[in-house]
Amino acid sequence: MKLMTCPMNGPRSIAEFQWLGAVQPDDDPQGGALVERLFFAPNLLGVLREWWRHTPTNTVFIAERHLTTNEILRTYFHNAGTDSTAGAAQ
Amino acid sequence: MTDRLGSGWGSRIDRSRRFDFRFEGRAIAAHPGDTLASALAAQGEWVLSRSFKYHRPRGVMTMAGQDANTLVQVGDEPNVRADLRPAAEGLEVSPVNVLGSLKRDSGRIIDHLGRFLPVGFYYRTFFGPTRGSWEKLWEPIIRRSAGLGVVSLDPTPRTYHKATRHCDVMVVGAGPSGLSAALAASAKGAQVMLVEREPELGGALTYARFDIDRTEAEAQLQDLRARVLADPNIECLLGATCNGRFEDNWLPILQGDTLIRVRARDLVIATGAHEQPAIFRNNDLPGVMLSSAAQRLMRHYAVRPGRRAVVLAAHRDGYLTAFDLQDAGVEVALIVDPEGRDGDGFNAECQRRRIPVLRGATIESARGGLHVDRVTIREGSGTIRHEACDLVAVAGGYTPGYQLALHAGAKLTSDAEGLTFALTGLPAHVHVCGAAQGLSNLSAVIDSGAQAGLRAVTGAADETPAAVPGWRRAPRLVPHKQGRDFVDFDEDLQAKDIVNAVADGYRELELVKRYSTVGMGPSQGRHSALATARLVAGQTGRTLGEVGVTTSRPPFGPEKLGLLADTTPERERHTPLHGEHLSAGAKMQPVGAWWRPFLYRGNESVAEGVTREIRLVREGAAMLDVSTLGKLDLRGPDAAEFLDRFYTMAHAKQPVGRVRYCLALNEMGSILDDGVAYRIAPEHFYVTATTGAVERVFAEMMLKKTIWGLRVDIQNVTPTFGAINVTGPQTRAVLERLAGDVDLSREGFGFLDGRTGHLAGVPVRIMRIGFTGELSYEIHAPQSQTVALWRALRAAGATPYGLEASRILRLEKGHIIIGQDTDALTTPDELGMSWALSGKKPFYVGRQAVAMRRAIGQARKLCGFTLPDRSDLGESALVMKGGQPVGHVTSFGFSLTLDRWIGMAYAAPEDAVPGQSLRLRRFTGGEVEAKVVPLPFYDPENTRQEL
Repeated sequence: MKLMTCPMNGPRSIAEFQWLGAVQPDDDPQGGALVERLFFAPNLLGVLREWWRHTPTNTVFIAERHLTTNEILRTYFHNAGTDSTAGAAQ
Repeated sequence: MTDRLGSGWGSRIDRSRRFDFRFEGRAIAAHPGDTLASALAAQGEWVLSRSFKYHRPRGVMTMAGQDANTLVQVGDEPNVRADLRPAAEGLEVSPVNVLGSLKRDSGRIIDHLGRFLPVGFYYRTFFGPTRGSWEKLWEPIIRRSAGLGVVSLDPTPRTYHKATRHCDVMVVGAGPSGLSAALAASAKGAQVMLVEREPELGGALTYARFDIDRTEAEAQLQDLRARVLADPNIECLLGATCNGRFEDNWLPILQGDTLIRVRARDLVIATGAHEQPAIFRNNDLPGVMLSSAAQRLMRHYAVRPGRRAVVLAAHRDGYLTAFDLQDAGVEVALIVDPEGRDGDGFNAECQRRRIPVLRGATIESARGGLHVDRVTIREGSGTIRHEACDLVAVAGGYTPGYQLALHAGAKLTSDAEGLTFALTGLPAHVHVCGAAQGLSNLSAVIDSGAQAGLRAVTGAADETPAAVPGWRRAPRLVPHKQGRDFVDFDEDLQAKDIVNAVADGYRELELVKRYSTVGMGPSQGRHSALATARLVAGQTGRTLGEVGVTTSRPPFGPEKLGLLADTTPERERHTPLHGEHLSAGAKMQPVGAWWRPFLYRGNESVAEGVTREIRLVREGAAMLDVSTLGKLDLRGPDAAEFLDRFYTMAHAKQPVGRVRYCLALNEMGSILDDGVAYRIAPEHFYVTATTGAVERVFAEMMLKKTIWGLRVDIQNVTPTFGAINVTGPQTRAVLERLAGDVDLSREGFGFLDGRTGHLAGVPVRIMRIGFTGELSYEIHAPQSQTVALWRALRAAGATPYGLEASRILRLEKGHIIIGQDTDALTTPDELGMSWALSGKKPFYVGRQAVAMRRAIGQARKLCGFTLPDRSDLGESALVMKGGQPVGHVTSFGFSLTLDRWIGMAYAAPEDAVPGQSLRLRRFTGGEVEAKVVPLPFYDPENTRQEL
């Protein structure tokens, strides 16, 4: 079981977190752009920004995860200064 | 009668005590400290099992629990490794995979039919001779002969335990490198856990010779062991196996009947090396064993591995084993060395000991019935020579204990010939040392352990070690023309099977493995992977470096299902009224994690009870415990704006004191959930969600709130409130009997109004909503006071009813249940719920998708239908059109009110129109025609609920 550093609670077991999907632009796409948003998963070999939630404390934040190594590089709050570097901090 | 070596041998056994256990009914004497296999060997019982495919006799091979030869059944426990399991008084041990007795196994005939079982046999044969051959012919035969132990259907109950631990540094393997790694890490202040599979610390130091003179090994053993045992920062787990490495050093440790889950900051892999067998004809005969197995038998258990030995020395440890054998009084007939020169510099010692050495020679075959009695040797000149012996000690070189490192993502690389290996590409916080790193010189091994222990504290990464010679010569690997030269002992695969797999077109190692099943047995390729890779390399004209080695995944060794079984009790949720239901005689039913009343049953049948409860709702005053409903409290200046974006209806202009239906879609325009929103104050909404969806809806709300940056506080108050829906034409009269400060009159509290106040002294939130189509008040109260309210309502004349009646009542009213009448693709249009989609709002989740899907056109629509009888239909029955399924029945039941069977189903849009008919497929075949009718079935003018 993996560890993840919650920006509120520090390193916790991955079982305490809920994945809420990739971070998308906050817009209202239409037509082809909507279809692409819904059904095209880039599955990139690189770093993906994802929404996560620490369920016991109901903390929603962003994590940067490398999809090749599954390494969590950084976790932080949306639009906030609080930043936590995961992995190296464990 | 037992045959033990003299004092100086047998470090693990206590000769002062003796006891018996039974093997195949025979009494076997053992000393405390013996394993099952060592006690059997001491008594001359060398045959432990019969092989998987050919029923060949098999005996001790590794003495380290690394092979399938020693699997036995102990009582009702199958697949016990006899070379690991301590002997104990009175055990009933029996061999596995035996037809008849171990020494006279009638399955042995298969050995002589071996040519009919070529590689890929299963793969190719079972397609024929006709269709269905597999089920009728082959499977019964294989079921009878497959598998090793016997699973008892009436086993002795056994308790397994789980523990979770943390440490700074986990060291796996307590050999010389592991011990020094633990000491080095502890010296820097780390809390260390040291895991060792054997019952004592020391690893190879406890049995191997290391040099002509064993003094240094003995001194190191005493010194390292004493320092580790005295170190308060080191916790030793003996008889324990680290069975895998998962992300961030999450490590399962198996120790007896306990699974210890350890989170280690750093992991030091000191797992040593696996000695390799050699490939020659009849290399599986009892009496043929690894050189380390012979040493373990002598040093640990004082068991004489034979009387006259031939040693195959493809590694210096072969010579050292020969010296051990001679010291123990075993006659060493010959050392066979595949190399022409004295690479190890043992010539002088061999001469001194008068041990003949045959250089540039190989063992071509062994012979014997139940035990080896002679070997055939091919000399460098080509001369064939025979040598009588009852022991063949094979020093075939080593592969590193690579499994945990590979679990962590490392790669095992080798030189072209497979003589040196290295583990590269380890992630941070994983370190490797000692023989696992490819080292064999004792001082280098101890030094590498100390360095790894230090790196585990400082956090420095491992560097790729330089290849170290010492694994220096590979024994000849040419398939014997008569076969029976086993590459994989577990699966009875011979060298020619691998050659044939390549000839059949499987050139890549991973494909050879899947085609031939090599490496798939209990020993997981520990002894077959290297030989297989060398054969494939030879057959395809590539080097071993190019072919590579198959990968390794957890688990490292066998693990019992009992250790894996989740022992946490199943979570049950009870409403505040659970006790009330039980004392009222309710039959309870699980709904997800919740338990809900199905029916309050008196002296009547289920059907009679449901009928009584339905009548009660339609004619009197009844109440249903709806405490399981999801409940969300939204407060803040942007609460209305948030609901406007999250749900499809308009909430910004919803008046205070009004209740509005809520429908949530996902980005694809499919229905996510529904509920109601009661505006308690301008900045305060009380929202309900479906019982099963509230967790998901709440998480989605939290995400959207964060993305949208709205000023709203959202609380999931599901367990905070109990809820009771009081329904039926007499409801108002019942409620008015209770003391309260809420105007319950039709004029003062209309349909879809919400009120906050007190009822029977309990603070309540009341909404005029319901599922039944009758006059209904849904009363939410603090969970601590819900029982008081329930009792007051009962005293005032409301009678409880259960879920089954509720199911029919809501169906009569045509209300959908999310998740039952909807699926992941259902749109509001398919449900005829376009009225719930606000046309005025610029945005809500799913708005664009709904418009796009509307433009594509509808494939199905939900409609109501009726039938005069049950017609062998039910939920999930198919709706057919032109012989093809076009939809299914989502809800179905008998309507007492209408005296007909009613249901809802997805159908083609042109058929889902009142007056049309549907073809429904009965569960037992055939179709029946049902009439499409308008929804709701009951009270379409809604006069009753608005009373």
